[in-house]
Amino acid sequence: MSVFQYISGYIMPLMILYIVVSGIVHKVKIYDEFVSGAKEALGVVRNICPVLVGLLVATGLLRKSGFLEMLVSLVAPLFEYIGFPEEVLPLIVIKMFSSSAATGLLVDLYKEFGTDSYIGMMSSICLASSETIFYTMTIYYSYVGISKTRWTLPGALLSTLTGTVAAWLVCGM
Amino acid sequence: MLNIIWGSMLVVAIVYGIFLGDIESLNEAFLDSSSEAVSLCITMLGIMSFWMGIMEIARKGGVLVHLAKFMKPLLVKIFPGIRDNDKALEYIAANFAANIMGLGWAATPLGLKAMKELKKCNNREDGVASDEMCSFLVINISSLQLVPVTIIAYRNQYGSVNPTAIIGPAIIVSGISTIVAIIFCLIMTGRGAGK
Repeated sequence: MSVFQYISGYIMPLMILYIVVSGIVHKVKIYDEFVSGAKEALGVVRNICPVLVGLLVATGLLRKSGFLEMLVSLVAPLFEYIGFPEEVLPLIVIKMFSSSAATGLLVDLYKEFGTDSYIGMMSSICLASSETIFYTMTIYYSYVGISKTRWTLPGALLSTLTGTVAAWLVCGM
Repeated sequence: MLNIIWGSMLVVAIVYGIFLGDIESLNEAFLDSSSEAVSLCITMLGIMSFWMGIMEIARKGGVLVHLAKFMKPLLVKIFPGIRDNDKALEYIAANFAANIMGLGWAATPLGLKAMKELKKCNNREDGVASDEMCSFLVINISSLQLVPVTIIAYRNQYGSVNPTAIIGPAIIVSGISTIVAIIFCLIMTGRGAGK
């Protein structure tokens, strides 16, 4: 067990302890407030559920139909040309849609190349420093009924691209 | 936007699956993915109920107010439109803090509440995202996490000699992508204000 894993194990319990104790200190009716806050979750998840079904089915179809693979293999030569490891490419594309699918791919890469290899390191860093763009956007925007997302997608793509290039450069050093 | 993206995802996947792909696994995908979504919702319901309860205590106990006060100088630069909306500032500050500490499950309900507050002070027409909403999501997506706990756990599980070796590089990389995201948001927000 490394130090960081050890420390991060304490983050959540300590956060909760801090919040509860400061609630007691400020004479908050903590259990009543807890229940009234927790009650809202049902409504939130009820709103999210249909959205998630729509998104995950669309993502699942793209993956299972073989379209994503085809897309990746189409652009792979270009990336190979500039020296970007093409093995990491599917990971970055799929991470935009689904976190669980990306994790599955990450494990495959670990098994094939080893966790501490160049590809293992780079894919770890890429996954650690990116978010699921489409998942996040659909959940947050559909919750408040937004359909015109303006410059959210370009911004998100730009930051993902920056992260990918940065990971590539950092791993090359 | 989402209508077009979702529609083209479905059409492209089905057409490609029918003509060039595997029809069996295409059929599987409908069933698997929809039940995956529902089981994810059930997991989410438990964790989210707990965190929304805890966050209500945090709000009433003044923890969120402190956090918001601490981050306000930075936040009002990125979100100029909510200078006077304390609730939105509180939720955004708490969402960023939870993300940075790697508490993704706690961050989502806070982020949704922040979106609801942002909606109240959105003076665009219905269904159009405000600058603040765009900025909030772009920065959220840029990933603020300091210690990628799950990835480290996977590295450990799959026999890495040094699972935590990625912490330094990951902080640098997500730092760079977050800075670029913030600069992009400042430019886009500034451009809108000038018009």
